[in-house]
Amino acid sequence: MAIEVRIPTILRTYTDGQKAVAGSGATIGALFEDLESRHPGIRERLVDDSGELRRFVNVYVNDEDVRFLAGLGTELGDGDNVTILPAVAGGAA
Amino acid sequence: MLTLTQDLYDKIVAHARADHPDEACGVVAGPAGSDRPERFVPMLNAARSPTFYEFDSQDLLRLYREMDDRDEEPVIIYHSHTATEAYPSRTDLTYANEPGAHYVLVSTADTDGAGPFQFRSFRIVAGEVTEEDVRVVDAY
Repeated sequence: MAIEVRIPTILRTYTDGQKAVAGSGATIGALFEDLESRHPGIRERLVDDSGELRRFVNVYVNDEDVRFLAGLGTELGDGDNVTILPAVAGGAA
Repeated sequence: MLTLTQDLYDKIVAHARADHPDEACGVVAGPAGSDRPERFVPMLNAARSPTFYEFDSQDLLRLYREMDDRDEEPVIIYHSHTATEAYPSRTDLTYANEPGAHYVLVSTADTDGAGPFQFRSFRIVAGEVTEEDVRVVDAY
C-alpha cells in the first residue's frame, strides 16, 4: 500500500532533503512507524511522549486535518496523500 | 537583513492595526530561493487572541499548497504583539519552524499607550534569535 507523504522543510533533515517520501500503513500511527524505520528520529517530531499527535503539528489525509478524523487512528487507503505541516503559531504569551 | 517594499511594509502595519487588540498574522511569499518578499497573504488568526496567534489549519494547508504550486516559499512570516515589544517570545521560539524565513514582529502597543510602535525582523533558527536590519525600498 503506497502512500505519498509530503514532508515540511523543517523535517527534511530526516529525509535527505526530499519533499515527499513513500510510506505504508493502515493508519496514520502505523505510517509514522513505517517512516521511522527509514527516517530515524522523525516520529518523535510528530508524536509526543504519551503517544498523541503533537499539538502544533498538523497532519492531513488528502485535504482533511486528522484531528477532525480519528487522529493517529485515522485509516489510510492505497493512493492517499498525507501532508505534514507544522502549525504557524506563536504570540506574546 | 530584510529588504521589503514600502507597499508591503504598509500592508503589514495596516493589518496589525486593523486587528488590534487581537494579534494579526500572515505571510509574504516570494519565489523560492530569492529572499524577495512579493505576495502579501494576510491570514486569519484562528486563536482570535490578544496574546496568541495560530493560522487556521485548513488555511495553512491551502497556503502551503498554493506556495508549492507557484514555487514560492514564506519569505516573511509576520505577527503582531499588541501590548508588548516586538521581540520573539518563548512561545514564538517554540513554534518557529521556518529557519529560512524572516520573522517580522510588529508592536501595536502604542495604540493603548503601552509602548512604542515597532517593526522589527528576526531570524529564528533552532530556537536562537538573531535580530536583523530592515531596509524599506520603493521597489526591487
